[in-house]
Amino acid sequence: MAIVTAPGRSPARSRAGAGRAARREAANGWLFVLPFVVVFLVAIVAPVGYAIGLSLFRDQLVGGTAFVGGANYLKALTDPALWGGVLRVVLFLVIQVPIMLIIALVAALALDSGRLRFAGAFRILLFLPYAVPGVVAVLIWGFIYGPRYGLAGSLNHALGAGLLEPLSPQWVLGAIVNIVTWEFAGYNMLIFYSALRTVSTELYEAAELDGAGPLRIVWSIKLPALRGAIVIATVFSIIGSFQLFNEPNLLKPLAPNAIVSSYTPNLYAYTLSFAGQQDNYSATVAIVMGVLTAVIAYVVQVRGMRRDAR
Amino acid sequence: MSALRAPAIDVRRARAPRRSVLLLAIMLLLTAYTLLPLLYLVVNSTKSLDDFFRTFGLAFGSGFALPANVAEVFTHDGGVFGGWLLNTLLYSVVGGGGAAVLATFAGYGIAKFRFPGRRALFAVILGAVAIPGTALALPTFLLFSNLGLTNTPWAVIIPSLVSPFGLYLMWTYTVDAVPSELLEAARIDGAGELRTFFTVSLRLLAPGFVTVVLFSVVATWNNYFLPLIMLSDPRWYPLTVGLAQWNAQSAQSTAQPIQNLVLTGSLISIIPLVVAFLLLQRFWQSGLAAGSVKQ
Amino acid sequence: MKRSTTLAAAGLVAGLAAAALTGCSSGSSGGPTGAGALDDALKQGGTITYWAWSSASKDKVAAFEKAYPKVTVKYVNAGSGGDEYTKITNAIKAGSGAPDVAQFEYTALSQFSLAGDLVDLAPYGFDKLEDQYSTGTWSAVQSGDKVYALPEDSGPMAMFYNKRVFDEHGITVPTTWDEFVADAQKLHAADPNTYLTSDGGDGLFTSSMIWQAGGHPYKVDGTKVTIDLQDSGTKKWTAVWNELVEGQLLSPTPAYTDDWYKQLGSGEIAALVSGAWMPGLLTTSAPEASGDWRAAPMPTYDGTPASANYGGSAQAVVKGSKNAALAAAFVKWIDSSDEAVDINIKAGSFPATTKALGSSALVDQAPEYFGDQKINEVLLEASKSVPADWQYLPYQTYASSIFADSVGQAYASHSDLNAGLKQWQSALVSYGKDQGFSVTAG
Repeated sequence: MAIVTAPGRSPARSRAGAGRAARREAANGWLFVLPFVVVFLVAIVAPVGYAIGLSLFRDQLVGGTAFVGGANYLKALTDPALWGGVLRVVLFLVIQVPIMLIIALVAALALDSGRLRFAGAFRILLFLPYAVPGVVAVLIWGFIYGPRYGLAGSLNHALGAGLLEPLSPQWVLGAIVNIVTWEFAGYNMLIFYSALRTVSTELYEAAELDGAGPLRIVWSIKLPALRGAIVIATVFSIIGSFQLFNEPNLLKPLAPNAIVSSYTPNLYAYTLSFAGQQDNYSATVAIVMGVLTAVIAYVVQVRGMRRDAR
Repeated sequence: MSALRAPAIDVRRARAPRRSVLLLAIMLLLTAYTLLPLLYLVVNSTKSLDDFFRTFGLAFGSGFALPANVAEVFTHDGGVFGGWLLNTLLYSVVGGGGAAVLATFAGYGIAKFRFPGRRALFAVILGAVAIPGTALALPTFLLFSNLGLTNTPWAVIIPSLVSPFGLYLMWTYTVDAVPSELLEAARIDGAGELRTFFTVSLRLLAPGFVTVVLFSVVATWNNYFLPLIMLSDPRWYPLTVGLAQWNAQSAQSTAQPIQNLVLTGSLISIIPLVVAFLLLQRFWQSGLAAGSVKQ
Repeated sequence: MKRSTTLAAAGLVAGLAAAALTGCSSGSSGGPTGAGALDDALKQGGTITYWAWSSASKDKVAAFEKAYPKVTVKYVNAGSGGDEYTKITNAIKAGSGAPDVAQFEYTALSQFSLAGDLVDLAPYGFDKLEDQYSTGTWSAVQSGDKVYALPEDSGPMAMFYNKRVFDEHGITVPTTWDEFVADAQKLHAADPNTYLTSDGGDGLFTSSMIWQAGGHPYKVDGTKVTIDLQDSGTKKWTAVWNELVEGQLLSPTPAYTDDWYKQLGSGEIAALVSGAWMPGLLTTSAPEASGDWRAAPMPTYDGTPASANYGGSAQAVVKGSKNAALAAAFVKWIDSSDEAVDINIKAGSFPATTKALGSSALVDQAPEYFGDQKINEVLLEASKSVPADWQYLPYQTYASSIFADSVGQAYASHSDLNAGLKQWQSALVSYGKDQGFSVTAG
């Protein structure tokens, strides 16, 4: 029997051999990871470091730059504009994420049911909005939302009432909910559908032998199988909601009084920096939001996993 | 049992041939919702500017102006739109493709090799997803201008090369699709790690790789904020920034209304992606399958 | 001064010292100055970058290059207004990428000149050009004995109205604001879909209306700023405008949106109080109503003619330009040469030079859109009755960007504008203080 020292995986014959093998494995690991890490450092770590640095200073139009330590953070924690925006995105996410995921779920289940004609066509058509840039999506929906001459306006005209005012202050959040749902429901549908496709057919056969109807199968087999995908989709949707920027920013010219400059925290950070020359405070707001988002996403994921393990 | 090997859909089709009208109705409704804005886009791309201002949103105009609109889109402003299209292709292919390559290498490295700091690295990279783009935009801009890179393609491409989500997908896919025994066998045969990667693993990773390529390309194609900050010369704009600028041009005091160009240009800008997705359906659908199951 | 400009200032001092040793006076980048320097720069030629968004810019650049073949002008439309300013600010912060010459609205000039981002053009003899421009526009481009830009166009305000709609509903052309309000009530009562005018809230529009009412809400003296958005002029305006806002007599459609253009075209918005550039905009964007519209003087509070400026921009040389003399020469040509001014007028701009303002070509224009009325006569009269002494804040663009957060809310809820203005004022005061200005309210 030849004695072969295989690196890494198989039990090494000597500690020295194990050490060498482990180092080789580590070196190879780093080799693969290095290109990504280099760009990661340049494009993400360095700017974040810079942003943290910025947040500790204050630059004035009259007076120059000065170190202010945590003063910006104190200001951010008591800033009604910032927390108003946070509350708003929380409201947004509580409404939008369930709606979008339920639509995605229903569609995925329908596609997977085997009882749907033209499933392939539906699959690709519902996914299309993902290929549309946010800019274009808001553009088109902006046209549709026009209360006098857009489609909303025509509907009002037909019904003889001013019912639909998607760009009014009361309804504009709903208008944004609609746009974001439109953009991403198909994408999430596909994630769920792909997860469903990996369910072993044995389970279905066993269930049908037990006499389970289609709804029972959904409840007992498909939904549990989707748990992981649902958690992931939820986490990413929550992160996306906290970072909401494109849609309110592009919709603002159409609803300037409805969408205030601090409508979402990201929009607030943007206004601070690009309209108000307040880069330092803007960096502070962005960091506070980044930390908040990370914490919430982590909590959701942990709770989601815990329930999954049960 | 031979039924075990058959694809799930065939089994189900054999057992439940009845088509559900309810499901069809639901899906038709959802499709109508999905297609409404796209229909608006198509219809209005066929209208001349005059018709756009005068007619109902979803109705066709008095003539078929699509060829004229397309021609004008490509000649307006000295033909800058064609440049935008090429720029977008450049950024997406190099940036998005590059992102997929980097993510694949890194995901593979983290999945198949143990090295100190591996878990921490993975956590930090995934944590980067939570960082708001606006936090990064200005500092990245200042950093890049110190390097003399702003207003060049690199300013858009380099940040696009980082895809934490792509890395996560490839990590998941590698864990799923590349059995360690295969790698060990290759090692025993004396193959180097890179060689093993290219000859053994890549073939197995192909669907996942194509998925990440597609999604990175889409992300870069549709990116708006980053190029907006980085580029000041319209000749380097991608389609997103260019169209937004055209749209803004219709909306201020020295306006030149070009809504028909904005709409037609938008239509043109989404066609390549739609075609790509249609053609590569097979790959990305199975690629997504693995990514959604593991956590 | 910002850090980067402190460095630039240090460099300037060093340059001056060096130049003094060599015996010539230095303006910015150490090159020769005086009016002769401009001609020399044009003869020598070179390349400069020019950022602007006006639709006629491209034609003007082409004409300039034809007149001076040795000069190449790289024209870039880097966005309009705030979008361009952001890019310029960022480029200056980063130390590279800023253009040589850029278009600035009058309201943005003090922000950039205060930060030291604009080259003083007086050393090139621009201070002698004062008589060539209307007083309103000149006061916006100069500060003390410095000249920071040359005016491109002007925006004296008038009232443009849809005669067909007026006749249809028996509305007489109002000459006072009280008549205006009465007309608004009559029109909206007769047809709830039609409004006399639209106003969803705009910081610059509000400022101009206060200007017309004789107010002086912004007073600037170096870095000392006084903001009083409840002064007598403001109160005069809000007394009238509150009736429109609280009475829901203003079309809520945001300006410059597609819906807005369609409503102008169909007559659902029957009049606009706006600047002299509005006719051009109406002609291109609301073609349906061609022939229906007319121009009339802005309504006033007591019947004596009064107007204000609203909008308009200028060209300035950005600090850090490698060829300031050539850039200055370009600015001079594009904002004072007959050819450039002509191109502007043909494109629908209302000129700022006294020569063009007095020309028969301008006065005799009788656009078809306005039923062949000589609308420029109305606008010329308006430009003569703009109160002098007006100042903008050194952060007026920022002020506009947060207008919707405070006063815009009053518009949206149809409530008292004064409350919104007070909120706006306090936000502006705290921003100014944050930025190191010494700000007093009231």
